[in-house]
Amino acid sequence: MSFDAVAQQPKLMYLLQGLAAFAAVVSVILLALHRAPVRRRAAALILLAPALLLLTVGLLLPGLRTLALSFTDDGGDTWAGLDNYVWMVTDPRALVVLRNTLAWVVLVPSLTTAVGLLYAGAVVRSRFRTFALSLLLMPMAISFVGAGVVWKFVYAYRPAAVEQIGLLNRLVVAFGGEPRQWLVDSPWNVMFLIVAMVWTQAGFAAVLLAGAIRAVPGELTEAARLDGASPRQIFWRITVPSIRPTLLVVVLAQAIGTFKAFDIVKTMTGGQFGTGVIAHEMYDQAFRYGETGRGAALAVVLFLLVTPFVAHQVRARRRTG
Amino acid sequence: MTCVRERLASRAFTAIAVVIAVLWTTPTLGVLLSSFRPEEEIRTTGWWSVFGTPRLTLDNYAEVLSGGGNGSGRLAEHFVNSVVIALPSVLFPLVLAFLAAYALAWVDFRGRDALVVGIFALQIVPLQMALVPLLKLFSEGWLFLPAWHLTGPARFGQVWFAHTVFALPFAVFLLHNVLAGLPRDLIEAARVDGASHGTLLLRIVLPLARPALVTFAVIQFIWVWNDLLVALTLSGGTAETAPMTVGLVSLAGTYGNEWQRLTAGAFVAASVPLLVFLSLRRHFARGLLAGSVKG
Repeated sequence: MSFDAVAQQPKLMYLLQGLAAFAAVVSVILLALHRAPVRRRAAALILLAPALLLLTVGLLLPGLRTLALSFTDDGGDTWAGLDNYVWMVTDPRALVVLRNTLAWVVLVPSLTTAVGLLYAGAVVRSRFRTFALSLLLMPMAISFVGAGVVWKFVYAYRPAAVEQIGLLNRLVVAFGGEPRQWLVDSPWNVMFLIVAMVWTQAGFAAVLLAGAIRAVPGELTEAARLDGASPRQIFWRITVPSIRPTLLVVVLAQAIGTFKAFDIVKTMTGGQFGTGVIAHEMYDQAFRYGETGRGAALAVVLFLLVTPFVAHQVRARRRTG
Repeated sequence: MTCVRERLASRAFTAIAVVIAVLWTTPTLGVLLSSFRPEEEIRTTGWWSVFGTPRLTLDNYAEVLSGGGNGSGRLAEHFVNSVVIALPSVLFPLVLAFLAAYALAWVDFRGRDALVVGIFALQIVPLQMALVPLLKLFSEGWLFLPAWHLTGPARFGQVWFAHTVFALPFAVFLLHNVLAGLPRDLIEAARVDGASHGTLLLRIVLPLARPALVTFAVIQFIWVWNDLLVALTLSGGTAETAPMTVGLVSLAGTYGNEWQRLTAGAFVAASVPLLVFLSLRRHFARGLLAGSVKG
């Protein structure tokens, strides 16, 4: 079956309808704003009403309902108390998920920040800074799903008898090793997923850190240089301490993003072979196995885990300005 | 002595940078080259052998776009879906958040500060927290809200709704920061001249807020285009309404070893965000930081 242009027309019609309906709503708002006496509360209400309505119906109430669902079973029909939470800390599969999430949240921010810091420090004074940073940032535009495909290809496995098409196995064979199924053999397969995540995030860290390094006063490094400090000493003793606030922001941002990592797991293993993480397991439980209560409980735990990081992040961001 | 040491150290730094840059680009290069190689060759030899026997073809792209032989792929349809999903999902939150941010920044009313904090706090809520009830709302209705029972293209409505809602806290946060920072004299002067809120909003605030609006639009577009979770749960999963990411994941799942489709598909999906990234890189980096807390 080839691409059918005619079949696309209803979609485009629907798009136009949607845009027209939205334009009508906005016109009504602006008109009301124009007509109504400019009483402050009335104006504020008119402007805020659509956003507040959407947030209430689409985020606030569903969030509270998820909290309630996490204490139920059978799609919300029977009260289950803390069963879903007990399941999470006793079921072997769920425990693997928690273990993996811990590994992700410890390793991804630290590796990403380390790579980003070294790279930023190396290219920040270079003529090719912008280009060099773009190289690292590009995986982010490719998307997590794209990154998953890219790394699946790197890890591709074929039996030892035939030529390897995956880069990693090719290198292993070149050094006299046996080809392995990197994404299948637990628990190390978790590490190979983490590598893909680090790959997508390092550019973000490098860009932010390069910006911070450039803002370090030149007199500071210059003075150290005149005192005979080596570039390495200047980097570790002057530059890195000066950008500590930004380092904290980067690490926290990575941690927050890592908790929600879903796409890479879904694309590369689908959570099989003991590679699940909370964000992915939540999807599986709620939408594939119909275990709404367990899915909701996982979502609640995710929320509780992320919150302190976000609170810390908001404080850290206020300091860096 | 110092000079030699200095040069060595800076050379070590350069070496590190080159190693990282190579590690970071090689995997992409491999997929890019493979996407142009004939199917039998991808299956039997590594992509690096293309340098020895350069035989390139566009067949993979033709096949994955229109779904050759066994009807898989059809990424062209998913591509249309992605466009239909992305445009309103960027525009709706942009406009609504702009209106809300203006009210929060420049209209005095009681309870304003509490409302600002409340909306900002909603950024924390991961979208996983809202997905199950949202799906129930669409299929069964809830409280006073009727079921939507959307089918066919109308499913796009669900996805627009979800993306708009999930983007709003971050968008309001970003735009409020910018609007609140506008010079008070300017706004007051316009008010003294008798400008209504409507005039203020469109004639004075909008032009000044344009860079922030572009930043949000860029980051939201990339976010929506690359989104998988909302798409999988709310878009229905068929070529009729599901976006590119869903098409690509199902390729990776069912045809896990059909690299000719996967490699070409990955680049079809990435082409649009890559273009946006290359042309609007400054906004991209700025937006990423601003959105690092988003749920």
